[in-house]
Amino acid sequence: MSTPTDTPVETLVAEATLPFSDAVPGAVIEETKNGLVVAPDRLLALAKHLRDHEGYDYLSMVTSVDWPAHFELVYYLYGVAKQPKDALVLKVRLTDKENPVAPSVSSIWRGADLQEREVYDMMGIRFEGHPNLRRILLWEGFEGYPLRKNYKESYYEEDVKPFKSRHPEGSHLWAEDRVPWRDNITYPLRWDPDLWTQPEVQYRRIMGVDQSTDGPGEISTERLLINMGPQHPSTHGVFRMVVAVEGETIVGLEPEIGYLHRCHEKIGERNTYIMNIPFTDRLDYITSMSNNLAYVLAVEKLMALQVPERAEYIRVIMAEFTRIVSHFIAIGFLFNDLGAYFTPALYGLRERELILDLFESASGARMMCNYMRFGGIFADLPEGWVARARDLVWNRLPRVMENFESLLTGNEIFLMRTKGVGVLTAQEAIAYSMAGPMLRASGVQYDVRRAEPYSIYDRFEFDVVTRPEGDVWARFIVRMREIYESLRILKQALDGLPEGPIMPPGKKQYQVRVPPGEAYARIEGPKGELGFYVVSDGKPNPYRYHVRAPTFINLTSLEKLCLGHKIADAVVILGAVDIILGEVDR
Amino acid sequence: MKSEKPEPSDVPEELQRNVFLTTVDSVYNWGRARSMWPMMFGLACCAIEMIAVQAARFDMSRFGMEIMRASPRQADLMIVSGTVTKKMVPNIVRLYNQMAEPKYVMAMGACATSGGPFKEGYNVVSGIDKFIPVDVYVPGCPPTPEALLHGALKVHEKVFGQSVKTVPWYRKDQLNEPVPVPVLGPDIYNPRDKEALKRLMEAQVAAAEAAQAAALEAQAEPVAG
Repeated sequence: MSTPTDTPVETLVAEATLPFSDAVPGAVIEETKNGLVVAPDRLLALAKHLRDHEGYDYLSMVTSVDWPAHFELVYYLYGVAKQPKDALVLKVRLTDKENPVAPSVSSIWRGADLQEREVYDMMGIRFEGHPNLRRILLWEGFEGYPLRKNYKESYYEEDVKPFKSRHPEGSHLWAEDRVPWRDNITYPLRWDPDLWTQPEVQYRRIMGVDQSTDGPGEISTERLLINMGPQHPSTHGVFRMVVAVEGETIVGLEPEIGYLHRCHEKIGERNTYIMNIPFTDRLDYITSMSNNLAYVLAVEKLMALQVPERAEYIRVIMAEFTRIVSHFIAIGFLFNDLGAYFTPALYGLRERELILDLFESASGARMMCNYMRFGGIFADLPEGWVARARDLVWNRLPRVMENFESLLTGNEIFLMRTKGVGVLTAQEAIAYSMAGPMLRASGVQYDVRRAEPYSIYDRFEFDVVTRPEGDVWARFIVRMREIYESLRILKQALDGLPEGPIMPPGKKQYQVRVPPGEAYARIEGPKGELGFYVVSDGKPNPYRYHVRAPTFINLTSLEKLCLGHKIADAVVILGAVDIILGEVDR
Repeated sequence: MKSEKPEPSDVPEELQRNVFLTTVDSVYNWGRARSMWPMMFGLACCAIEMIAVQAARFDMSRFGMEIMRASPRQADLMIVSGTVTKKMVPNIVRLYNQMAEPKYVMAMGACATSGGPFKEGYNVVSGIDKFIPVDVYVPGCPPTPEALLHGALKVHEKVFGQSVKTVPWYRKDQLNEPVPVPVLGPDIYNPRDKEALKRLMEAQVAAAEAAQAAALEAQAEPVAG
């Protein structure tokens, strides 16, 4: 187990007994409880072996930890068809703290593309062989790498909360009064705005400048760059994409994100564990209950807490209601993007209000529920709640779904616009680390609720919905069918809901004690595999806190989906990816 | 001028119940307030509640505000609905500059007002009012749809308080200058703060040099002694 103070433990195990030593000798240099430590120069060889011969074809998460002595890259690998479904964790330690360089695995798992860029942006680790390594969440020219432990933001007070200096002599000190600029800014010494020119992004790759295929005599058409967003009615928030077009056909696309980068992980490392729960609400702000659930599962894994039966059931009920809300919104806004402006979305929002009423009466808030706690939930269901929920699940929502089916599913314009648009094959979907409905619409039967059941999902009967087509239409159908499956789970959960406590016995704790270690908990969120990676060093605050955001990683494939389609289809394809910027940018 | 109430007998019979006397201001403001078009502009979580306000239950069209315009040139009201990040703020200022007068800004939620729960973040602006003028602040995280409606009514109140004689957009001497667009330097930089920045930078450089000199002196002292 790694704590920030200890150095890599010398293992006494002989070389030959280390995993994969016969296939890729010298790659694994140490086997720890939390994963295999890999030599940086052998990483690519090992990765290729794992993908091609061991069945680890799905790279779930790439992240990094800043230890005092070294940077550590963390790779979580799964096999879609592999049994058992346990993760294989690879770790690469980079001892150069000034200029860390690691090989890029994006040539082996395409899903590493955006994630490695994020690591570069946040931690300053350069990836050799990465096709497009530049800042992703922040802008070119930003000073510093925020997730390094020695980075201090402008309003920095102390390393961890609760801050002791907030109320000197009993009165509150404004953040603005503590900093010389009286604002949330810092400039390097002697910086002169008159001499500053912002580095310009060239988009050479999508403009085809680097490919140099146009030899003399070849007909070269003119490429045009079109900028969509961040203020655009169909980008679902402050998303921006730069599209290279020839005529109306898309020949290249680059997502530009970070317009809603709210420093979630840096703030999360300053917070105590329990303070992070309301922040997770604001990740994917449509599905706050699911975000809560994934985060508390990660911390519970570290604390080895037993959750009471009733709390487990309520968690499942809330999570499935959240899935219904999220899919209603996804479907409604997909039709918005197609031009059926607002009516389908209006229908979805109408049902959402009813479910939000349930959330509000249970948790006190419509959107930002802040409902789950480590070991249970914050409050029991109020009187009459179950009856209202039953009415929704048994009576109202099935009728609404019939309505949706008759109005939307067979619509001719819809079929023409979506069938065969944005196709992703099963192999590609796995290679791009797609998750959730995106993955299942490509014919991959993979659902974390089944693959690695968490909470009490192993008790419920439901089907993993898949479609073989892999186009926008399939993604719509998968979401529609998943609403039915959620209703099925809800019926079983509401029927089986037991009486009993909702928190483990003992005093309510505001400051939880988390033993040192690390945990990665993942759930099947409405938009895909939502994971929280928490590293604890035994203090009241997480040492490292990382969110595996499904929609962020789903964006990796956006260029692949859009290539060859018309510019108008890009909007539809993006609508079917169903991004939420709060989660993409974090 | 002699002000004299017209005798009822002066007004023709058929007009007596159909003529209303009012001020230009009232008609002008009534028209503006009852057809205020918000910009289709969502930043973060609050945008979802803004959409909920547009939907069936809360129904903002009761106040003539259902037409969300994606183009700033057609919009009257900018609802800054969510966290303003440093990367986004140049775009927001540009959008604000592109809106035609009369224009109003509503800071929706804690983030747009002050930075909210994310205030300490290195990429978060402590409130949009550091860059553009705000008319109405709506508290909440996110504000409930009712709170947003209340905020919209407050904007209407503000409209009703204005007079066509004094509003700046009809006066040549008070034409609004566009707000300078912030620059993404090593950190966000507001061109309006140039003088303050230079002054503070000089002070910081002086302090750094003094500290350096003191350190050198402290080093040199034992040798001299």
